Amino acid sequence: MSRLIVGPFNRVEGDLEVRLDVADGRVASAEVVSPMYRGFEQMLVGRPAMDALVVVPRICGICSVSQSVAAARALAAAAGVTPPPNGVHTTNLMLGTENAADHLSHFYLFFMPDFTRPAYAARPWFAEAERRFAALAGVQARKALAARQRWFELLGTLGGKWPHTQSIQPGGSSRAIEAAERLRLLARVREFRAFLEQELVGAPLEELLALHDEAALERWRAAAPGRGDLRLWLDIAADLGLATLGPGPGRLLGYGGFVQPDGGHAFPPGVWEDGRIVPLDLATITEDATHAWLADAPEGALHPSVGLTRPDADKPGGYTWNKAPRLAGRVVETGALARQLLAGQPLVTDFVARHGCGVAARVLARLVELARLPGLMEQALAAIVPREPFHVATRLPDEAEGCGLTEAARGALGHWLRLERGRIASWQIVAPTSWNFSPRDAAGVPGALEAALVGAPVSAGETTPVAVQHVVRSFDPCMVCTVH
Amino acid sequence: MNAPLDVLWLQSGGCGGCSMSLLCADTPDFPALLADAGLRLLWHPSLSRASGDEVTALLDEIANGRRPLDVLVVEGALLRGPNGSGRFHLLAGTGVPMISWVRRLAAQARHVVAVGSCAAWGGVTAGGANPTEACGLQYEDELAGGLLGAGFRAAGGLPVVNIAGCPTHPGWVLETLMALADGSLAAADLDALQRPRFYADQLVHHGCTRNEYYEFKASAERPSDLGCMMEHLGCKGTQAHADCNTRLWNGEGSCTRGGYACISCTEPGFQEPGHAFDSTPKLAGIPIGLPTDMPKAWFVALSSLAKSATPRRVKQNAVADHVVVPPAIRRTRK
Ligand code: SF4
Ligand code: SF4
Repeated sequence: MSRLIVGPFNRVEGDLEVRLDVADGRVASAEVVSPMYRGFEQMLVGRPAMDALVVVPRICGICSVSQSVAAARALAAAAGVTPPPNGVHTTNLMLGTENAADHLSHFYLFFMPDFTRPAYAARPWFAEAERRFAALAGVQARKALAARQRWFELLGTLGGKWPHTQSIQPGGSSRAIEAAERLRLLARVREFRAFLEQELVGAPLEELLALHDEAALERWRAAAPGRGDLRLWLDIAADLGLATLGPGPGRLLGYGGFVQPDGGHAFPPGVWEDGRIVPLDLATITEDATHAWLADAPEGALHPSVGLTRPDADKPGGYTWNKAPRLAGRVVETGALARQLLAGQPLVTDFVARHGCGVAARVLARLVELARLPGLMEQALAAIVPREPFHVATRLPDEAEGCGLTEAARGALGHWLRLERGRIASWQIVAPTSWNFSPRDAAGVPGALEAALVGAPVSAGETTPVAVQHVVRSFDPCMVCTVH
Repeated sequence: MNAPLDVLWLQSGGCGGCSMSLLCADTPDFPALLADAGLRLLWHPSLSRASGDEVTALLDEIANGRRPLDVLVVEGALLRGPNGSGRFHLLAGTGVPMISWVRRLAAQARHVVAVGSCAAWGGVTAGGANPTEACGLQYEDELAGGLLGAGFRAAGGLPVVNIAGCPTHPGWVLETLMALADGSLAAADLDALQRPRFYADQLVHHGCTRNEYYEFKASAERPSDLGCMMEHLGCKGTQAHADCNTRLWNGEGSCTRGGYACISCTEPGFQEPGHAFDSTPKLAGIPIGLPTDMPKAWFVALSSLAKSATPRRVKQNAVADHVVVPPAIRRTRK
C-alpha cells in the first residue's frame, strides 16, 4: 500500500486535494479534501436580509446565478411572494445561460485537455484530441471559448453583468425585457444552437435528442466517424472504457430545474434509485461534520434549517472544510445525470441501465442536457410577454424561515434561512459539490467521489494518476461552492 | 518584439469569478489575444493542463529563484486565519499555507498584480466579522499594509497593482497586463489606491442610462423601475471609480442597466457599507453619500429645483419598468 497526495487539482473550480491509498495498481481508498474555507454562512448572520442578494452570488464565480436564484427563492419563501410569469421565465433564461456555459466550459476547457496528456500519445485518437482540445491551444477549445463569450452576452441584457448579477430578486427580475430585446436574445440563442450543431454534435440537436438508446447512439457514431466533438469523445470513451470507470452510488438527487409559472418543471425533482424514481423528502437531508474541520453539534448530524458552521482547524479526525450531506442517512450523487434520469431522458436512461453511473454517463448526460437547453430557452423567450410585469414588490417579515432550491449546472443547490428581528439569524447552504465531494460521515461511510475513486487504475510511476483526474472531473466539481 | 511576459496566476480566498469574467473578454480568439499581447500563462488554475506535482515543481523553482517570474497575479483574498496561521487555505498538495507561497513568490516577481477587490482589499471575503482574517495583497480595506506590507515594491519598482472590482471587468485586466508587457505602465498611471487610472479616473455615473432621471431627481422606488437609484435604492454610481457605463459588461450590460444599484465594488470596504445595500441612508431626507466633488448645500438646492421642474414623462417613467410616456415629437423645421 502506498499513499499519494494529489494537488493542486486544477481545471476544477476552486481548491481540491485528493489523498489516495494505492495497492496493486488501483486506488484502494480515497479522501477528498477541500483545503480552503471562507465562512459565508458566518458572514451572513446579522445582516439585513436582502443583503444576501449581494453577498451570496459571490460564493461562486462560475455558478453565481444559481447561488442568487437559491437565495432569492429562500427570501421569496420567507416573504410569501411569487414572481410573475415574466420573472420566472427570465430567471430560467439566466440559469439556462449559466448552466449551458458551464457544460460547454467543462467539456472543452476542463475535461477534454486530460486526453492530450503524454500518457495517451500512443492511442489512435491522440493527435486529433490534441489538435482539438489542447489547453489554451486546441482549435475546438478556442472556438468554444469564443462561443461562450458571445453566449454570456445574453446575461449582459438579462442581468446587467455576469458573474454577480443582482437582478435576480425574490419578486422576479429587476430587468424588464422589451419586445425588441426579446428578439435579439432569440437571435443569440439560435447562434449558440448553430455552434453546438456545427462543432459539438455535427448534426441538428434534435437528431441527437431523437437517439433513444445506446445502440442507436453507436450506429450514429459509426455513420460519420469523428464528425463533431461529441463523436470523437465517444471514440475515446469506448477505447478507454470510461463507461465503467468511477461508478457513483447509484442514487441520484434533483431539486427540479426550469420551474414553470404553474409550479411544474422541465427537469422534475426527485430521487433516482437503481432505476426507480421516488419522491424527495427534504426533511431527511442532514449535514454531518464528523470529518470536517467544523465543530460538531451535540445532536450529531443536523438538518440545514438548524445547521451550524463553526470552524475548528484542530479538530481530530477532520480532513476537509466540507460537511457530509446525507439523504435519509445515505450518500447521493447530484448533477446533470440526476436531472436527465429524473426527466426520463431515453438515451441517458438506457446508457445507465447498461453501464451504471460512471464517468461516461456523467459526461453524456451533460452533453445531452446542453443540447436540450437551446430549445428550452427558445420556449422561455416565446413565453415572455413584454410590458407585463417582471417583478412584484417584496416585504420581508421580521421573523420568518425559508428554503430556496434550484439546480446549478453541477446539481442540487439549497439555501435554508431564518430571519429574526429583520436580520439574518441563520443561513445554511448545501451545494452540489458538497454532496458529490462529501467526506466520510459519522458511520465512516465515504462520500460519492471518495467511493467512485476506489478501483481507479494507477500506473507505475504516476503521481497524478490520469484515471483519477477523469473521475474527479467527470463530476465537474465546484469547490468554492462546496466550502463557501 | 520583446520576449513574452511569463504570468503565474494563483487563486486564494475568492470565488474564481474574476477568472470567469476574464474569459468573457471581447475577442474571437482568447489565446491569440494573450499571445499577441506578449503574455504567456505559465500556469492558471482553470486553464492549464498541468496538475499536481508538475505545478508544485514549477512553484518551487520560482520561489527558490531558479526560474524568473515576470508577473504574479493573485485572485482572491489572502486568508491569514485562524490566528495568523494561514490554515484556512493550504495550497492543495503542499500542506503549506497559500499566504506563505504568495509571500515567497511575490519576493521574486517583477510585477505583482491583485485581480479583483478580494486580492486588492479583502473584499467580500473580509465581510462580516471577517472570520478568516482575510486581507488584500497590500491593503486591508482602505488601510495600506495587507499581506505584503505598505512598503512592498516588486522588483520592477511598482507597488501591487490593484485591478479592483467584484468581479473585475475583463478589459481592465487585459489592458493592465498588456501595459505591463509593453513596459508602458508607470507609477503615475496608478491612482492613490494603486488602481490603473485608465478605468479608475472615471465614475460609474458617467454614461448611466438613468442620467436624465438623476438630473431631475426622478427616482426609482422598487427594483425594475427605470428612475435614478441614488435617492432610494442605494446607488453609489456617483462615487464609484469605474467605467462600467461607458465600457459595458457582457456586450451591453452594467449594474445600473440591469436594474440594480452600483454598490461601488471597486472601492475598498464596499462589502460593509454600514447600511443595507439596496437602500440609501439619509439624514433629514438627504442621502448621506453625496456625489463625489459636490458640496452638500449645492446638492440640496439643485435637487429641490430639479424636482420642481421634472417633466411628466420623466416623473412617470421613473416608477415604471418600461417607457409609459414617450418623448414628445416636435417639428424640427421652423
Ligand atoms: S442610477 Fe446611479 S449611476 Fe445611474 S444616474 Fe442614478 S446615481 Fe448615477
Ligand atoms: S457598476 Fe458599480 S457595483 Fe457594478 S461593477 Fe461597476 S463599480 Fe461594481
